[in-house]
Amino acid sequence: MPTATKSRPKSNRELIFGDLWEYDPAPETADPKLKSRYDLFINGQFVKPKRGKYMPSINPGNEVKLADIAVADQDDVNAAYAAAKKASDGVWGKMSGLERGKYIYRIARLLQDRAREFAVAETMDGGKPIKESRDFDVPMAAAHFFYHAGWADKLEYVAPGREVKPHGVVGQVIPWNFPLLMLAWKLAPALAMGNTIVIKPAETTSITALKLAEIFQEADLPPGVVNIVSGEGPTGAAVMNHPTASKVAFTGSTEVGKIIMRALAGTEKKMTMELGGKAANIVFDDAPLDQAVEGIINGIFFNQGHVCCAGSRLLVQESVADAVLEKLKRRITVLRVGDPLDKNTDVGAINSKEQWNRIDELVKSGVKEGADLHQSACKLPPKGYYYRPTLFSGVSMSHQIAREEIFGPVLSILTFRTVDEAVEKANNTAYGLSAGVWTDKGSRILKMSTELKAGVVWANTYNKFDPTSPFGGYKESGFGREGGRQGLLDYCKVV
Amino acid sequence: MPRITVTKTPKCYVGGAFIRSESGRVKALHDTKGEFFANIPLCTRKDLRNAVEAAAKAGPGWAKRTAYNRGQILYRLAEMLEARSAEMAAALSVSGSSAAEVPTAVDRLIHYAGWADKYEQMLGNVNPVASPHFNFTVTEPMGVVGVIAPSESPLLALVSLIAPVITSGNTVVALASDTAPYPSIILGEMLATSDLPGGVVNLLTSERKELIPTFATHAHLRAIVGVADAAEREAIRKGAADSVKRVRLRAKEEPVDWYSAKLHGLYEIRDTLEFKTTWHPIGA
Repeated sequence: MPTATKSRPKSNRELIFGDLWEYDPAPETADPKLKSRYDLFINGQFVKPKRGKYMPSINPGNEVKLADIAVADQDDVNAAYAAAKKASDGVWGKMSGLERGKYIYRIARLLQDRAREFAVAETMDGGKPIKESRDFDVPMAAAHFFYHAGWADKLEYVAPGREVKPHGVVGQVIPWNFPLLMLAWKLAPALAMGNTIVIKPAETTSITALKLAEIFQEADLPPGVVNIVSGEGPTGAAVMNHPTASKVAFTGSTEVGKIIMRALAGTEKKMTMELGGKAANIVFDDAPLDQAVEGIINGIFFNQGHVCCAGSRLLVQESVADAVLEKLKRRITVLRVGDPLDKNTDVGAINSKEQWNRIDELVKSGVKEGADLHQSACKLPPKGYYYRPTLFSGVSMSHQIAREEIFGPVLSILTFRTVDEAVEKANNTAYGLSAGVWTDKGSRILKMSTELKAGVVWANTYNKFDPTSPFGGYKESGFGREGGRQGLLDYCKVV
Repeated sequence: MPRITVTKTPKCYVGGAFIRSESGRVKALHDTKGEFFANIPLCTRKDLRNAVEAAAKAGPGWAKRTAYNRGQILYRLAEMLEARSAEMAAALSVSGSSAAEVPTAVDRLIHYAGWADKYEQMLGNVNPVASPHFNFTVTEPMGVVGVIAPSESPLLALVSLIAPVITSGNTVVALASDTAPYPSIILGEMLATSDLPGGVVNLLTSERKELIPTFATHAHLRAIVGVADAAEREAIRKGAADSVKRVRLRAKEEPVDWYSAKLHGLYEIRDTLEFKTTWHPIGA
């Protein structure tokens, strides 16, 4: 598509100030109250890892070490499961739902009290813009605890006609893209249903999980109800494979999800898998284009594109494709990329050097396969892992950048002519986590939302989340739901 | 001189037609006295793949039927089974199964027929999100589902496993009882006269060890439900990982009371549903 050579229509004239008035730095200065070393949280106490091994946690915004994080080995994981089992049998499994709920409400409230502190810590540890950790991650994490707390004494309404029982001990492994929020998504429903937990945060982002453990102590949560074992891949495998876990929940890549499914094939463990995605964001020619462009930008650049449901494949109806591309090209030039702690920052730092390399490799493959690259010419900070907001136009379904999850700020743009072609292209993927539809026509929205094989469909909006709203995938994007009434049933047995 | 009876050639019900195995293989079925009864098709992996293709083709049309219509068709199937109870009872007696399975199987079909236009109201809902959006969760069928029937209760278990799956608009490829396959042959004949579109239910007879590995790995089967022993469960789950297939298996070691109504209903329908949540802004 030779749109890159077309000149901009005169009617789209705009004021260009260039560097005339630069933004002043606006750093968030709240104290994240970080410790120089974080130990494991087992049986209500912070304990040193048995082998004494620690790993550094790096601030991806400036490549400075933030803290040393304990690495749990098999013995530590065993201790965590022993504590969880004891808590399940002795306290948590016997407690009335109302009382259990009160603990979870306490966690929600204490997290709200310390929201700014947690937001700064989250941004320093993971690289996401402070406006996202402050306005989304932390309040949403608190909301998940608050919502699920209220379910704890209403278990008889979870599966009308049948009785439900907790699984007992649950093992969970979460990713690095929303460290605290994923922790809340996993812990809150499991706790409300009466389970105890062993959870492993991602190796690059353990700090807010272990800070939340401080809140568990303040909330007087009984020892062993939640146990946090930080570490790398082998720690995660130990958590998933432990015989005491009668249910495991994993959020991460489809590749690792399949490895876990095979490893647990010989067991009777229940599973929830929240895996990768390659969502289609579909724009019809009758869509309000300026709103759609904002939705497309939010869909792919929210959290640097480190979102499993990111709208990474833009499908635009041919008649408006040129106009949409022009608007997007302009829009990415005004995205502010830089210091994650700056309140004006739109796109923060890539979570790790490793992830930066993977994004760059896929972008190079896009260029090599013949797609047209458009990148923002913004200045990037000298230190830290930053990636320019990137668009590819002229992408075809066979391109690697249209098939593989990039998990970065890279949008692949494809076109379509008819509704059927849009559905066909959108569904032509092994994934099925989410999709977006932009059109003014109500009946088309309902048709698209019916035809799209995806667990979440955003119509004239994108990347919206809520504790009451079930989230999870079709096909190779995993199974089970998190949030809402549907998510509860994945944390209990129907007897 | 007594009249010589015309014996029936058992054929599997696949894609709305009655087939022999593409391999031409059969297995002799003997009755409880040890006398030859008939040759039962020994279906192959190729037959299974053909059946999945038939089920996939029937899927979109079946899922688009109204819930009311699916309910009526399930009810019609119950009518067929009730009317031909004696024939089915005789088929059950070939391998020494109880004729009591028939009325319970009819009742189970009636139970699911009634669920067809009700489960959505129990399982889906509007979600009160904390933002100006209308947000609702509805269920959708998963697609083609593999059903592995146990050896025992060759009619009742098969019906109990298939009915919840098709109630919501899934289509089925089922492996019938390996030790008592004949009732599934007769069930196929009843399905064919029940207004159920061809390909919605496909019934195969074969050896478990021959077909279970293909059930496990066939990427177009989106879920596997049924009864399996420990080794089969492990094999199915391992194969299922390749395409992140949903697996809901009962352990063969823990006997199921197929007659009990308690374990059949809404949550068995839920086992082969996906949940889809749609968001839309509320505004001008």
